[in-house]
Amino acid sequence: MTELELPPIDYAAIAPILIMLGAAVLGVLVEAFVPRRLRHPVQLPLALLAVLAALTMVVVNADKRVITIGVVAVDGPTLFLQGAILALSAVALLLLGERAVERGGAFVAQAAVTADSPEDRRQAENAGGAGEVYPLSTFAIGGMLIFVSANDLLTMFIALEVFSLPLYLLCALARRRRLLSQEAAMKYFLLGAYASAFFLFGLALIYGFTAGLGDRAAGVDFATVNAAVANSTASPVLLFAGVALVAIGLLFKAAAAPFHVWTPDVYQGAPTPLTGFMAACTKVAAFGALLRVFHVAFEGARWDFTPVLGAVAVLTMLVGALFAVTQTDIKRLLAYSSIANAGYLLVGVLSPGSGGLSGTMFYLVAYGFTVLAAFAVVTLVRDADGEATHLSRWAGLGRRSPVYAAVFTFVLLAFAGIPMTSGFTSKFAVFGPALEGGQVWLVIAGVLTSMVLAFPYLRVVVLMWLSEPGDSTPTVAVPGGLTSAALVIGVLATLVLGVAPEPLLSLASSAADFVR
Amino acid sequence: MSDFPFLSVLTVAPLVGAVVVAFLPRSRPTLAKQVAFGWSLLVLALSVVMWVTFQVDGDRFQFRESYPWIPNWGVNFTFAADGIALVMLMLIAVLVPLVILASWHDAESSKRSVPVYFALLLVLECTMIGVFAAADVFLFYVFFEVMLVPMYFLIGSYGGNQRQYAAVKFFLYSLVGGLFMLAAVIGLWVVGGKNFDWVALSEVDISTGAERWLFLGFFVAFAIKAPFFPFHTWLPDAGGAAPAGAAALLVGVLDKVGTFGILRYCLPLFPDAAKWFAPWALALAVIGIIYAALLAVGQNDLKRLVSYTSIAHFGFIGVGIFAFTTQAGTGAVLYMVNHGLATGLLFLVVGMLIARRGSALVSDFGGAGKLVPLLAGVLFFAGLASLALPGTAPFVSEFLVLIGTFTVNKPVAVIATLGIVLAAAYVLWMVQRTTQGTLNPALTEIDGMKRDLTLREKVVVAPLIALIVLLGFYPKPVTDVINPAIQATMQDVDRTDPAPSVDTVQEASR
Repeated sequence: MTELELPPIDYAAIAPILIMLGAAVLGVLVEAFVPRRLRHPVQLPLALLAVLAALTMVVVNADKRVITIGVVAVDGPTLFLQGAILALSAVALLLLGERAVERGGAFVAQAAVTADSPEDRRQAENAGGAGEVYPLSTFAIGGMLIFVSANDLLTMFIALEVFSLPLYLLCALARRRRLLSQEAAMKYFLLGAYASAFFLFGLALIYGFTAGLGDRAAGVDFATVNAAVANSTASPVLLFAGVALVAIGLLFKAAAAPFHVWTPDVYQGAPTPLTGFMAACTKVAAFGALLRVFHVAFEGARWDFTPVLGAVAVLTMLVGALFAVTQTDIKRLLAYSSIANAGYLLVGVLSPGSGGLSGTMFYLVAYGFTVLAAFAVVTLVRDADGEATHLSRWAGLGRRSPVYAAVFTFVLLAFAGIPMTSGFTSKFAVFGPALEGGQVWLVIAGVLTSMVLAFPYLRVVVLMWLSEPGDSTPTVAVPGGLTSAALVIGVLATLVLGVAPEPLLSLASSAADFVR
Repeated sequence: MSDFPFLSVLTVAPLVGAVVVAFLPRSRPTLAKQVAFGWSLLVLALSVVMWVTFQVDGDRFQFRESYPWIPNWGVNFTFAADGIALVMLMLIAVLVPLVILASWHDAESSKRSVPVYFALLLVLECTMIGVFAAADVFLFYVFFEVMLVPMYFLIGSYGGNQRQYAAVKFFLYSLVGGLFMLAAVIGLWVVGGKNFDWVALSEVDISTGAERWLFLGFFVAFAIKAPFFPFHTWLPDAGGAAPAGAAALLVGVLDKVGTFGILRYCLPLFPDAAKWFAPWALALAVIGIIYAALLAVGQNDLKRLVSYTSIAHFGFIGVGIFAFTTQAGTGAVLYMVNHGLATGLLFLVVGMLIARRGSALVSDFGGAGKLVPLLAGVLFFAGLASLALPGTAPFVSEFLVLIGTFTVNKPVAVIATLGIVLAAAYVLWMVQRTTQGTLNPALTEIDGMKRDLTLREKVVVAPLIALIVLLGFYPKPVTDVINPAIQATMQDVDRTDPAPSVDTVQEASR
C-alpha cells in the first residue's frame, strides 16, 4: 500500500473559510449544551465575531495570490468577493438576530409544529425563535466563501450544496404565514435540487471533454478545463452541453431568467431578514462563481457562450422589469427587481477584460447594501398580523412615519439609478466596460429596461408620499438597535458609494485579476 | 477676485441653505420663509458680483475650477461658465428669490410641511445652478438627473389637482430622456478615451455613425426636457398641476436646460451630426411653434395655457439654435433669458389670480379687471411681453431669431412668423376672457377677488417688469456676454454667417 501524500495547505489563505465553518460547528454545540434562554445571547455574538474574524483574515490575506490544495484559488476576486460576502453577512446577521421588532424574532421556535394549530399560535405569541438559525446561516456563509474561491468544478458543486441546504431550511422558518414559508422552502428545495443535478451532469460532460487532452490527465480543475477548451480532441458537443448545464446551475442561483421562477415565491415566503440575506449574499456568491467559471475555465469559448448568455441577460432584464410593474406585494416587487439586477450583472460578466470584472464586483457590493436596507425597512412596516407587505397598505406611509418613508424612497431612487446613489455608479460601472467591449445591444437593453423599472419604484414612492393614509395604513415598528444599525449601514453605504465610489472602485480594479 | 471659486460656492450655497431651512421647526413657518428668502438674496448678491467680474472679451470659459472626484473614470468636479451659462445663472439667481416671495402662502394651502417646501426650492436652485455651471459631462448628467427629485416632490406634494399623475409623468418622461443620455454619455466616454472633460471631448474625432447615435442620445434627452414637439405632453400636465412658483421655475429655468444642453453639448461635441440632423430639428421646432400655439388658443385652464405658450416659444428657441447663424443663436439665448422673465412673470401673476379665485379655469373669471385693476394690468403686461410686443424684451430675441433664420432658411422663418400671429391670438383672447368684458357675478362674492396686489406681490412683479422693459430697450449688456459664446459655438459647428449681399440691395434700389 502506497503512502498517501498530503498536499501542502496554505492555512492562512483558507482561514476565513475555516473560521466560518468552525463557528458553525461551535454553534451546533451551543444549541446542544447551552440552556435555551442563553442560546440567543450566545449565538448572535458568536456568529458576528466569526464573521468579523474571517473578515480580518481576508484583509490580512489581501496580497495573497495562490492556489492551495489545488482546488481553492485565493486571488484578488476571491478576496474581494469574500470580503463582500462577509461584510454583507454581518449586516444581514444584525437583521436575522433582531428580536425587538417582533417578540422572539422573525423565526419560528419549533418548525415541526403544525401551522395554524393552537400550539402554533401559542408559540407565535411567546416562544423565542429557533437558535439553529445562527449555525445554519454561518454554514451558508462558509459555503459561499468556498463557492467564490473554488478553482475546480467539483469543489464548486460541494460549496453550492453547503450554502444551499441551510438556505432551504431557513426559508421554512418564518414565524408568521408559515404555510407560505414552507411552500417557499419546498419550491426552493425542489428547483434547487434540479439545478444542482444540471450542474452535476454538466460537470460530468466537461470531465469527459477534458479526457480528450493528450498530454495531461482528465480533470475538472479550471486550468485543465481551460487547456481542454483550447486543445481537446473530444467532441465539442460535450463542451457546449457541459457549459450550458453548468451555466444553468449557476444561473438558477443568480436568479436569471428563465431560471428565475422560484425567486418571487421564495422572496415572498421566506422570513424577510433571510430574504435580504439571500438577495445580497447569494447574489454575490452566484456571480462570483459565474465570473470565475466564465473568465477562467471557459475563457477560450467566449465567442460561443457570449451570444447565448447575452440573450439570457436581455431576457432576465425584460422579465424582471416587466413583471415588476404588475406586482402588488412589496417583497415580490423587490424580487423581480433583483431578477432585473441579475440581468445588469450578467452584462458585467459578459464584458471582456478586467473592466467588466471590477465593475461587476463593485455592482455586487453596492446592490447588496441597498437591498439589505430595503428589506430592513420591509421588516419594520407591520400591523397586528406581522409585516404588511401588500402595497396598498403602504399608502400614506410618508405621513405616518416620514423618516422610514424617506429612507425607503432613497433606496428606491438608488434602485432606479438616480445619481448620487450607488445604483447610478454601479450601473455606470457595468455599462461602461460593456460598451467598451462592443456589447452595445446589451447596454441598450439595460437602459430600456431601466426605464420600465423606474415605474414600479416610482409607484411605491407615490403611494408612500402622495396618497392619503387610509385606516389600514400600518404603523412602522420602532426598530431595535440591530435593525437600526443594519438600516444605517445599508443607507450610508448606498450614499457613500454613490457620492465617493473611488476607494471601492480602486480596490475592485486592483483586485480584478484571477490566478490561473 | 477672479480667483474666487464662484461657481462651486454658488452651487453649494443653496444646498446648505436648504439643509438649514429643512431643519427649522415646523411650527415656525415664517422663520423658514425668511431664512430661505434671505439665503436666495445672498446667492443673488454673489451672482451679481460674478457677473461684474466676468470679462466680456476674455476667455470663452471663465471661473474654471476642477477637483478630482472619481479618478478611476476620469470624473472631475469641473465648473466653468461661458456667456450662455452666465446669463442663465443670473436668471436663476433673479428668479428664485422672487419665486420664494411669490410662494409665501402657497405651501400653507396643502397639509405638508412649510419649511420643506422652501427647502425643496433651495435644493432645486442648487441643482439648477450646478447643471449650468458644470463643465464635466458626468457632473452635468448628475445634476441633470438629480434636478428631477426636488421638482417631483414640489409638484407631487404641493401641487393642485392631478398632482400625482403630473408628478409621475414629469419624472418618467425626464428619466427616460435621462437614460438615453446616460447611454450616450457612456458611449462618449468610451470614444473619448475615458474622459469627461468638456474641452477635451470637444476635440475628439468621432466616426460619423457613432457621432450620429451619440447626438441622438443627447438630443432626445434635451428635446424631452425643453420640450420640443412631440415630446411635450408632460409639460402642460406638470405646469398645470405644479404650484405657481414651482411652475415658474419649471418653465422659466428647468426647461432651458434642454435648449442650453443642445447649445453646449449637441452642437460643439457632435458638429457634423448636428448639421446632419438640423433639418429634422428645425421641422420639429416649427411644428412645435404652430401646434402648441393652436392648442394654447383652445385652453380653458390658465396654467396649462401658459405651458402651451411656452412650448411654442421653445420652438422659436429651437429654430434659433439650428439656424446656425450668430444672430439667430444670440437671439435664441436671449430668448431663453427673456422667456424666463416673461413667462416667469406670467406664471406668477396667473398664480396670484388663481389663488384669489380658487380656480384656474378661464371661464371662472371674466371682467376681473374691474375688481383687481392692478393685477389685471400686470397680467396684460405679462401677456404682451409673452407675445413679444416691441418694447418688451422678448421682441428683441424673437426678432433676432427670425432675421437670423431668414438669411439662411426663408421657409422656416416665414412659417415661424405665423406663430407670432397665433401668439397674439392666445394671449389677447385669454386676457380678454379673464379681465375684460362684463364682470362675472360669481367673482364679486369671493373675498379674495376684492384684494388687489399686496405690497409683497408688488415687490415680486416690479423687478420682473423693470427687467423686461429694460432689456426690451437696451439688451446690449446681455447680448455682449452672449455673443462671443455663440460665435465660438458656431465656429465649433464650422458655420459662418452669410455675407450681406450688397448687389441685391443696389439692384433693388435701382
